[in-house]
Amino acid sequence: MIRFDNVSKQYPGGFEALLGVSYHLQRGQMAYLTGHSGAGKSTMLKLISLIERPSRGQIFLDGVNLNNIGKGKIPYIRRNIGIIFQNHQLLFDRNVYQNVALPLIIAGYRHQEVSKRVRAALDQVDLLNKEKAMPITLSGGEQQRVGIARAIVHKPGLLLADEPTGNLDPELSKEIMQLFERFNQVGVSVMIASHDLNLIDEMGYPVISLDDGQLVRNDLALGVAS
Amino acid sequence: MAKPAEQKRGVLPQRNSLFKAYLLHHARVFISSLGELTRRPIASLMTIAVIAIALALPSGLYLLLHNLNQISADWDSSAQMSLFLKADISERKVERLAQRLNLRKDIDNIKVITPEEALDDFIRISGFGDVLNSLDKNPLPAVIVIQPVVNTINPISVSQLLKEMKALPEVDIAQLDLEWVKRLYTMLDIANRAIWVVSILLGIAVLFTVGNTIRLDIQNRKEEIIVTKLIGATNAFIRRPFLYTGLWYGLTGSLLALILTNVAINLLEQPVHKLAGLYDSNFELIGLSFDNTMILVLISCLLSLGGSWLAVGRQLSKIEPS
Repeated sequence: MIRFDNVSKQYPGGFEALLGVSYHLQRGQMAYLTGHSGAGKSTMLKLISLIERPSRGQIFLDGVNLNNIGKGKIPYIRRNIGIIFQNHQLLFDRNVYQNVALPLIIAGYRHQEVSKRVRAALDQVDLLNKEKAMPITLSGGEQQRVGIARAIVHKPGLLLADEPTGNLDPELSKEIMQLFERFNQVGVSVMIASHDLNLIDEMGYPVISLDDGQLVRNDLALGVAS
Repeated sequence: MAKPAEQKRGVLPQRNSLFKAYLLHHARVFISSLGELTRRPIASLMTIAVIAIALALPSGLYLLLHNLNQISADWDSSAQMSLFLKADISERKVERLAQRLNLRKDIDNIKVITPEEALDDFIRISGFGDVLNSLDKNPLPAVIVIQPVVNTINPISVSQLLKEMKALPEVDIAQLDLEWVKRLYTMLDIANRAIWVVSILLGIAVLFTVGNTIRLDIQNRKEEIIVTKLIGATNAFIRRPFLYTGLWYGLTGSLLALILTNVAINLLEQPVHKLAGLYDSNFELIGLSFDNTMILVLISCLLSLGGSWLAVGRQLSKIEPS
């Protein structure tokens, strides 16, 4: 699903965020991305979601070489990724339903289809009774679940989560992780950036670890370099 | 049997319904961008008022000029030409000349004033009766007053006629008080151009006003734009609500401008009618025609759309997730 092939990223100014990183997350696999802050986790997620471009090397997403994707095609690549942010990035002037429906409206789904899918997504995160609520009235955990519903409502092939449990207590964190597990069980590839090592150990999924931009642990089988 | 129908209602909409969904989406954005305006009523009203004033001003000036043209067209028809004949022309010759002139196509009608009539008039008007009576000979020549045919708003043909009249052997002096008409036309022409300049400047003002309002709007919704970009929104999708907002500004602004202009016309109608009555004229104030109205609305919409297009184009490329 995600294949990094000797990827380096140097920011303007010379900072090397990633150095020769290679790994392959198979379709349907779930993995954790760890490393202390500044190790390159965010850079890696930004490269996958085409917010940044690699300085060297190639990234394949579902078999597509991202280096060949022009600016105008970026939105269509992103539609196959569900991104979950640490601060969930909900739109606070819209209710839960409208927030979750956004990816479907962007993709041009029909009205009936939209409401059907939004309800299904809200049901999966157990928030069906809050569809009319404004995000500001929800608890932190609930807001994060709305963010997750928004990320999965259009059934993307890949879920990317950036510190999804960063602001939650251990109990809620575990719930959220189990939610990701459920999505993974129905075939969605999942990559979760997290520093919650205890929880990661407990969940027992492959881990890739970054330190100073270099891969120091890779539980995933290395992709065949072409 | 139900299968094909099921498939047709599949996950991703079919092309036909995709197009329908696209139109529906446009309609929804069109309406929701109006809702966006009503959410900040004071700010929106101020922008709309600025647009309306900027449009009502040139519209009002245009109407003023249009009405002046109308009045001066009436004056033009009253531009008479006086042919003062030579003193030694006999009454018969005067008569014949009059008949000849009457046949000309560029002369509407003529009136002959014999020296006697002229003297009578002069005595009556001037009150110098005694002095004039003491003259042993009538010093006044015969006069033929010509009413030229009014063709369009063009003084050139009239001055051509004047030239020809001057060349006639019987005519001593041919006089036409056309100079002031010419001057008036020149002034109206200048005013016309001035209105164009003012209109263009105010049009640019509308463009920038809407552009700036939309720019602020985009700034305020920066977070939202970034999130929607990350979710996979195309630039066109993000642009759309802002462009429709611009369109609404143009539409409502022009409607308010129309109201302002028409209220002003209504306020002026009574006194103008009164004034015209004093001048024994049945002059009526001309308001904005249907065509004028449509053009005003169209120009306003185009300018506002253009302004928001400028703002959106400049701002959206600057807002990228990072």
